[in-house]
Amino acid sequence: MAAADVTTKTTEPTLPRVPLLTTHSVERELTGWRAWVLTTDHKKIGIMYIVTALIFFVLGGTEALLIRLQLGAPDNTLLDPATYNAMFTMHGTTMVFLFVIPIMAGFGNYFAPLQIGARDMAFPKLNGLSYWFYVCGGVVFYSSLFFGAPEAAWTSYAPLSDDAYTPGFGTDAWIFLVHLTGISSLVGAINFVVTIANMRAPGMGWGRMPIFVWTILIYSVMLIVALPVIAVAATLLLTDRHFGTHFYDASAGGDPMLWQHLFWFFGHPEVYIMIIPGFGMISEVLPVFSRKPLFGYKAVAAATASIAFLGTLVWAHHMFTTPSPTAVLVFFMIGSFLIGIPTGVKLFNWIFTLYAGAIEFKTPLLFAVGFLSMFLIGGISGIILATFPIDWELHDSYFVVAHFHYVLVGGAMFSITSGLYYWYPKMTGRMMSESLGKWSFWFMFVGFNTTFLIQHSLGLDGMPRRIYEYGDIGHWGTYNLISTIGSFILAFGLLLSMINAYISLKRGPIAGPDPWRANTLEWFIPSPPPVNNFDVVPRVRSVEPLKDIRQEVAARSQTVEATPSATASA
Amino acid sequence: MPRKSLVARLRKGFIPLAAAASAPLFFAQNASANWISTEHGGSPNADAIHSLYLILMITGLVVFFLVEGLLVYTLWKFRAGRGHEAQQIHGNTKLEIGWTGGAAVLVIILAVVSFFKLGEIRDPPNSDASGYKTTTIAKDPGTNQKIPPDGKAMHIIITAFQYGWRFTYDDGDPSTPNVYAYRDLYAPTNTTVLLDITSQDVIHSWWVPQLGGKFDAVQGFHNWTWFKIPASKAGSVFRGQCAELCGRNHANMTLSVHALSPADFTKWLADKQAQLEQAKVEGAKQRAVVDAGETLK
Repeated sequence: MAAADVTTKTTEPTLPRVPLLTTHSVERELTGWRAWVLTTDHKKIGIMYIVTALIFFVLGGTEALLIRLQLGAPDNTLLDPATYNAMFTMHGTTMVFLFVIPIMAGFGNYFAPLQIGARDMAFPKLNGLSYWFYVCGGVVFYSSLFFGAPEAAWTSYAPLSDDAYTPGFGTDAWIFLVHLTGISSLVGAINFVVTIANMRAPGMGWGRMPIFVWTILIYSVMLIVALPVIAVAATLLLTDRHFGTHFYDASAGGDPMLWQHLFWFFGHPEVYIMIIPGFGMISEVLPVFSRKPLFGYKAVAAATASIAFLGTLVWAHHMFTTPSPTAVLVFFMIGSFLIGIPTGVKLFNWIFTLYAGAIEFKTPLLFAVGFLSMFLIGGISGIILATFPIDWELHDSYFVVAHFHYVLVGGAMFSITSGLYYWYPKMTGRMMSESLGKWSFWFMFVGFNTTFLIQHSLGLDGMPRRIYEYGDIGHWGTYNLISTIGSFILAFGLLLSMINAYISLKRGPIAGPDPWRANTLEWFIPSPPPVNNFDVVPRVRSVEPLKDIRQEVAARSQTVEATPSATASA
Repeated sequence: MPRKSLVARLRKGFIPLAAAASAPLFFAQNASANWISTEHGGSPNADAIHSLYLILMITGLVVFFLVEGLLVYTLWKFRAGRGHEAQQIHGNTKLEIGWTGGAAVLVIILAVVSFFKLGEIRDPPNSDASGYKTTTIAKDPGTNQKIPPDGKAMHIIITAFQYGWRFTYDDGDPSTPNVYAYRDLYAPTNTTVLLDITSQDVIHSWWVPQLGGKFDAVQGFHNWTWFKIPASKAGSVFRGQCAELCGRNHANMTLSVHALSPADFTKWLADKQAQLEQAKVEGAKQRAVVDAGETLK
């Protein structure tokens, strides 16, 4: 080989001595805080997204614990009604707009370009803009704490959210949050779509794209479809509140149902926007730790796309109790039932990815399996709630609260935690503690189920959601107490993971480029990756390029060992 | 692993699991506390929702135990370190079509069962002969109103507001004043009561768990539902409360439905009518005093 190289070099024609690259100036690399604030590097922006989202998560979690404390006993007086309403409004809004969507954007920012072999996002400056819009949205929203917090729930149903019933700064802060984080996500989503469509490594056709990239693409398309609608709805609410319009005011010819249709046209796709990147993470983690390819790659990608498509057509299943004709209810019930099919397909594909594998019970896998088992419960209760005659009984009760927490905590949260343990070595260059991770998993798993399984019973027993106090009715006191105890176990489990992430920054064992023997391109480069990501972008020949490279390396080194004389003679 | 043995293994594991999954069937039927099924017992629609819920929940539990069982079995059986290698299976089209079809069949069956039960839940039946005598109810076009086959029912207009309920007993006769009440709704047993729900401010939601589902009260809209309390429940009180966030005092926007025998209800209604008449007379007297330029004592 070496000899051959030398011969080609000597026969090469001499090139003209002109520089191939020109630059007008070389900027000094920024250091300190300016390296972060002014950065356009997708990896730094990704980390900032993740860290900021986790800060909001701690805030939202604290609000949740306050809610649970208030509900821990009948006729509790810990929080007054205004504070209680503010707490669940801020909890819901924070978790949706300031935690789940942005942290998915964070993971997408960091890993989508790496997985497709790109050197950055398509529009690095827009990427920075997108992050800072998100921060602004969060700051505006939380500043309302000092002026009067919003009290109309994360759904801000008109006319309750109108100035006649909820005056003050709170709901306006909510509206601005929707606008600012909306612009952030919209810009980010366009950036993702362009990046994924144009910047894939040579050989990476659509059919060889990692599933996580597929889910980020679908997440982005859904954001582009859904966000303008909520932006319009919130703008109409703003003009209703301050400029004398009556879009949602029935007493002046407006229509309160308009808000619900516009809100849920965004709000239901939103649910899938939050969970679909989680599906992607699970689809990355399961094959790696079972040492098997993903079972039915095409089916998983297609099922994700069809969930997204159907997910935009079922918004009114949040409105089964509104004055609507039966035909409408039937349409939205059937639509919601249909989503059960691709979801079931994915669940079986994931389980069969594990089947006949050699499963390594590392922390990312534990969280992924926890996701599978709990998302299943959320799916089943989802089918029950999609049956509108049953929804009439269970709508707006704690059964619904239990259902969507199984989907969003058991689903999105557990997949995020799985992704965090899986990708932490790549982002920091160090491993997180396995034993602390496993402790954290078991506390979270037990705590989560203690908190939310019993809430199904609370709903069945007739407890509506969003009430700040309740009398000593039925078993409400006991069930609520169990739930409150569970929430603290869950919080402790989460705390362990956060401590783990913090101490591993300095003390974790050095990870190396590919600690998990994974399959995708981000593991091809050092951990943490250099600014330009790839010195050489490998040609992609399958869904699992890194496995191909590993096998190729193994095959060649075997040849070298087996026939050293043959290589030498060549 | 050959495909056939894989399927056979699954089947072997599934049968005991399915047996285990049917155990809750017992549970559900004997459960008196409502920790596992919806509240019911006050009205046929609530009972029908309860039985539909049980069908879905038991189906759900069977699916849950099958899938969760398969997951746990897989995790245990294929854990690393047992001296086996992971099999590089990329998929299995037949199996995948199988579970897609299976899921589709299951949701179709559940949808059909639900529509089969829908009539019982949505459409009000006739009042019993022993019930309170009601008059023909007026059609409310453009709404989701359903009327009993004989067209007769008691008509109560529910107006929700921050934070309370007003119940107006519409007697269908514009010349006489309608009896009304706040917070406590008195209703005759064995009688179909149609509820015409609306709001005068923000959105509220009518929910008396034992009398059937909830229906939102929206300003500018009429939302219809019904209940029919059996004779055996005369004297019972059913607890209810607003189920849609309506402001700071949402938690205390409660109500009670008192079931009276038709005879007692007739008495209650007459008593209320008398009160109304008396108030009218008193009012007229006071107006006369004011009109004469004197002050009220």
